[in-house]
Formats: sequence, structure tokens, C-alpha cells
Amino acid sequence: MSIPLPQLLPSCGSARPATPAARTERTRPRAHRTGAVSRRDFVRLTGACAATLAATSVAPAGGEAGGLDADRRGVLVDLTVCIGCRRCEWACRNESNPPAGELRECDDQSVFRSRRRPTSTQLTVVNRYPGPAGGPAAHVKTQCMHCEHPACASACLVGAMRKTPTGPVIYDAARCIGCRYCMVACPFQYASYEFDNALTPQVRKCQLCPARTSRGELPACVAICPVEALTYGRRDELLRIAHERIRTCPDRYVDHVYGEHEAGGTSWLYLADRPFTELGFPTLGSSSPAELTEAIQHGIFKGFAAPVMLFGLLAAVGRLMRDPKESS
Amino acid sequence: MTALPLASPTRPRYFTPGVWVVAGVALAGGAALLARYVLGLGAVTNLSDGYPWGLWIAIDVACGVALAAGGFTTAFIAHLVHREEFHPLVRPALLTAVIGYTFVALGVMTDLGRFWAMWHVMLPWMWQGNSVLFEVAICVMTYLTVLYIEFLPIVCERFIGRVRLPGPLARLDRIAEAVLRRLDASLGRVMTVFIILGVVLSCMHQSSLGTLMVIAGPKLHPLWQTPMLPMFFLLSAFCVGPAMVIFESLLAARSFRLAPEREILGRLARLIPLLLGVYGIGKVIDLLNRGAALHVLEGSAASALFAAEFGLGVIAPLALLLSPRARRSTRLLLLAASLVIFGVVLNRLNVFLLGFTPPIESAAYVPSLAEFGVTAGFIAMMVLIYRFVALNFPVIEGLKEVRS
Repeated sequence: MSIPLPQLLPSCGSARPATPAARTERTRPRAHRTGAVSRRDFVRLTGACAATLAATSVAPAGGEAGGLDADRRGVLVDLTVCIGCRRCEWACRNESNPPAGELRECDDQSVFRSRRRPTSTQLTVVNRYPGPAGGPAAHVKTQCMHCEHPACASACLVGAMRKTPTGPVIYDAARCIGCRYCMVACPFQYASYEFDNALTPQVRKCQLCPARTSRGELPACVAICPVEALTYGRRDELLRIAHERIRTCPDRYVDHVYGEHEAGGTSWLYLADRPFTELGFPTLGSSSPAELTEAIQHGIFKGFAAPVMLFGLLAAVGRLMRDPKESS
Repeated sequence: MTALPLASPTRPRYFTPGVWVVAGVALAGGAALLARYVLGLGAVTNLSDGYPWGLWIAIDVACGVALAAGGFTTAFIAHLVHREEFHPLVRPALLTAVIGYTFVALGVMTDLGRFWAMWHVMLPWMWQGNSVLFEVAICVMTYLTVLYIEFLPIVCERFIGRVRLPGPLARLDRIAEAVLRRLDASLGRVMTVFIILGVVLSCMHQSSLGTLMVIAGPKLHPLWQTPMLPMFFLLSAFCVGPAMVIFESLLAARSFRLAPEREILGRLARLIPLLLGVYGIGKVIDLLNRGAALHVLEGSAASALFAAEFGLGVIAPLALLLSPRARRSTRLLLLAASLVIFGVVLNRLNVFLLGFTPPIESAAYVPSLAEFGVTAGFIAMMVLIYRFVALNFPVIEGLKEVRS
């Protein structure tokens, strides 16, 4: 991790909003002064999570339904903390689409004029939403939400999209045939495609930095965030933290953790100071779109009974309706 | 199958001025197709991250499958319900299905970003059983094979007794002849199994094609988004199958200067109001049941599209075909069949394309010239192949008389 963090701090530090002391203490077991989460802090954070869980033992002992680990990971985004510095965009590029270019290009605020979406070369983007009646603007980082029951993985006919038990939804280009049904299925439409690659196009989306996390490092965007708007950790612990922040500072947040239930739950969770509909988040039901299609599909084809019955029925029709003259 | 009256091959002129025009369209489509494979999807199409599926999936694949439904519907009526009077319609409909599904496969391949990996669908360790698309893909592949098997007797009939291999291969004539006879005899014994299999596979994937878009959830407009989509896709396939047979039969009669089989087509047309009625009532009940009926009046593009689909594509042909006078008139029969086809095509377009809105604002999708070119080219190629086979194989009953 050779990211030149100290350069950022002067410009970002002054823009950093004052955060309530209570929130800072509760969410960070040891108060940080550096403004960035290092690997050491990450270890500490997860240690604290483990301790909390050991004490309360809220998590089920084994894996959960759907083959997911109880300690699967996610990221909590506190939009009230985000300053829109776009360092996460740079770090993501650096990790997934190098070369990332100059870091100071992030200071270009003109990109906020239009609403952007993740693309095949920029897997995460930050958009700015003006505040209500001159209030502070909100900055929203978007990327693959890593659903708990991902529609893309349910849609893929060759298993190129897969929900890993540890949380991330992973794309395997070696299986992909390029049908893009995953993109049709994604309730957020966040996956994107390398349309300009004529021969070996890939579906591109956030993979939650598997190379980094397997080394015990934080995902690139989480690591670079100078204001700790992003917290990486166990999903259940992140949810606990999120609700505690809402409880502690009810004036600061709307009482809604986006991603807790949306589309059956997502690994990325968001806290905000205004309704999520004003921040470009789609309004989604609490079940995964895949639940319905899988129910229909398995309902019709369970044990292949319906097709076999239809075959038998048609054979019977063919026999019974036969003209005796013809059969001779 | 063996009881079919013989329809023998004839050779009127293949090329007419109209056919030259169609050939030109096919050639232009071929050029667009070449550009797609050389330059890639991005260079040739207007597809985007917001609209990952476009014209090719909506027309070449979704409409292609629906409009090839004449194959299994006529096979069912003639071979399983044994309505012998419809036998003359079976072979043309089968030919349409063979060509139609072949081009569905080509259309899918053209749309696949990694088309060279298409065979992954056949590898059991790649299979993902939750995927609706997996079921569609396997079914369509199997059905395409079944269709070719169903077509083999026509090939046998064409060549048995007149195998003329070129040059030194002529020595093999007798062997080829024997193989064909053997094949024809064994196919005759098992053909019923393939016909039933064809109907089952058709019901499976025609319905699953509707299930495909259920996973798009709120991205598909509530006028079309319903868990009943598979049922509606199947019912509308039942409607459009006979309509396509009537449409093609009348066009082929005109093109080959034959007397249209008005009597049989009129009788086939009697089925359509019943099927359309079930489909239409089902759609209305579903809209009311989901509380989505008011969207019909919302005055949006979607409501207009729905009105066109339902009014012109369901109610109008239903009313038309209830009248015996319309069923006896070639012109009105053609009009009614065209309306049913229009309704189903618009329905597939609505479900796969026009009713789809990405949750992130994206530039509207308008297909590129090359996308239209490929689609038009595929349709032109199908017409050319149909004409060639119809003129050289015993498919269309009436061509025998023309020849003699």
C-alpha cells in the first residue's frame, strides 16, 4: 500500500465535517487521528468485532441459510461523513484498472455536474446530490452492492457470477459467454460491460478486492478514504454499528440502513441524512428478485414432473384421437 | 408422417425482381454481421450498460421463437389430435420452424460477447440450474435438434429413388440410397416420439422465455411485469402459431402463384379467437389482480404501447375472426393474421425492450443502423432459404400442380 496519503490530508481535512463525539467513540474502538484506516486498524476493528460477538453471541454457530458464513464481510458507507473527494475512485482504478493516473485529478469537481454510473473502467463512482434548500450536499459512492442473494448469480446460465460464502459476489470470465443477462437481472444495474472489446469482453464490477482482503488488507476504496466514511467488517457487526449510530444521533440520520433488507439484503450498507430516494437509490422490496424466478422455475420443473406429465398427456391424446382407419 | 400425400419438388424460377431485393437486404445484413464479429458489439451496436439487451434479443431471439410457434402448434393439431385436413400445413410450418430456430441460434450467437465460448452451455459442470436462461438455452438447443430430425423424412423423400452423386462419387449412389431408405423406415417408427417431444420442449421454452424478464423486477413496466409472464408467453405462442401459418401460407401462395388453401386456413383461423380470448381475459384478470390496470390510463408511452398491443393485436383480430365472412375472405384472413403477429411482436418488444427502464438514468437506446441491418439481413436470409427449400423439397402441397 504505497498510496501517498499525507498529500491528501490538508485538502480533505478542512472539508471534513464535525462528527459527533459519541459516534466516533462507539464506531472506533480506538480513536484515530491519522484520518485513514491502516491495516493495523483493520485488524483491531475485526478483533473488536470478534470480541463483541464472543460476548453477545448473537451470530449462529455455523453457516447461515444459503451457504453464507456468519462472519461474511461487507462495507458500511456513512454518507453524512463522505466529503466527495473521490479518492476511492482513484484507489479503485489503481487496483482494478491500472494505471490510475494522477491522484490530483480527483480534485476535479466538474464531474459532479452530471450523474455518473460505474463503468467497465471505473468500478466505483461518487455522485453529488445538492442539499435540500441550501443544506449540505451529499456524496454517494456507488458500486456493486454484493447482494446476499444476488440476482446476477441466479441469472447466469454458466455460473460465471457467484456469491462467495464470505460475502463478495465474484465474476469468473473463464466461464462467461457474454450474454449480459446478469446486467438485465441486477436490480441496481451496476454491472457494466466491455462493449468495446471485440473478442474477450468481460462483465466488470466491484469484486471487493479479493487479492487485498486475502492478504488481510482493506479493500482499496476503504483503505484510502481519508474521512473514514467507509467501514469494512462483518456484515452483522456493521448493521449493529449502523443502528447504533442512528440511535445515538437520530437528528443526523434517517432511520433506514439501505441494504439491510433491499433486494434481500446487500453487503454494502448505507447511512444517510435524507431519504435514500433523494440520493439516487432505487426503491426495492425486501426480497431478492431471484427468489420469485427461482420459485417459478423450480415450481414448474421440480423433479421434471410437469414436462414428463405433459409428454404422457400428449402421447395419450395422440393415441386416443387416432382414427382407427389410419392406424392400420 | 408416412401417410402424408406426396408433395414433390419443382423448379419454377428462383429469382424474381422481389427476390433480388431480398437478396440485396441479406447481403447488406451480411456486411453488418461481418462488422459485428470483426469490430465487436461496442463499435456496431448502441447497447450500453443501461440497456444491455437490444434489438437483437427482442426481435431475432424473442420474436423469432414466438413466430416459429407454427411448427409445434400444427404438429400438435395434425399429428396428435389427428385432424388430417390440416396435414398440408404441417410441412411449411415445420420448415418455418427449422429455419426460424436456426436463426434464433445465430441471433443469440451474434449477441453474445464471447460467442466462441457458447459451447460452455453444453458442459454439465458449467450448468447453473437456477438460471431461467439456462433452461431456455438447453430447451432451444434440444428442440432445434428435434426439428432437424422431424425434417429428415422430407429430405429422404426428396432423394430416395433419385440419388445422383457427382463424378466418381456416383459409385456410392446405391449405398446412399439404401441408407436413406433405412433412415426413412426407422424414422417413421419413432417419429411420434419426436413430435411429442417437440411439443413438450416448445411449451417449456416458450413459457420460460417469459420468465426471463421476471427477474428484471421493477425495471420492467408494471403493465408487463408479472409472475404470470411465462403463462402469457405460452398462450400468445399458441395464438401466433396458427396466425403465422395462415400468414405464410397466403404469402407463399401469392409468391408461387398458387390458389390459397382458403378452406383449410379458414378452419384453422376458427381456433384463434378462442386462444386470443383466453390470453386476453388472462391478461385483464392479471392486471386487475395486481392493481396495475390503472397504468393503462396513465397516458405514458408505455400505456400507448400496451393499448396498441392489446387493442390491435388481441381485440381486433379476435373480433374479426369471429365472423365467418372474414374467415372466408383471403384479404381479411391475411389482415387478422397480420394483426395477431403484430400484437405478439409488439408484446415481445415491450417486454424485452420498450417497457424496460434502467434504474440509473441512461441515454435512451435507439438501435444503430447496423443492428437494424443485421436483423433485416437475418429475416431476408430466412426468406431466401425458405424459398430455396420450398422450391427444391416436397414441402408445399400445391407446387406439384404448378409443375405438371
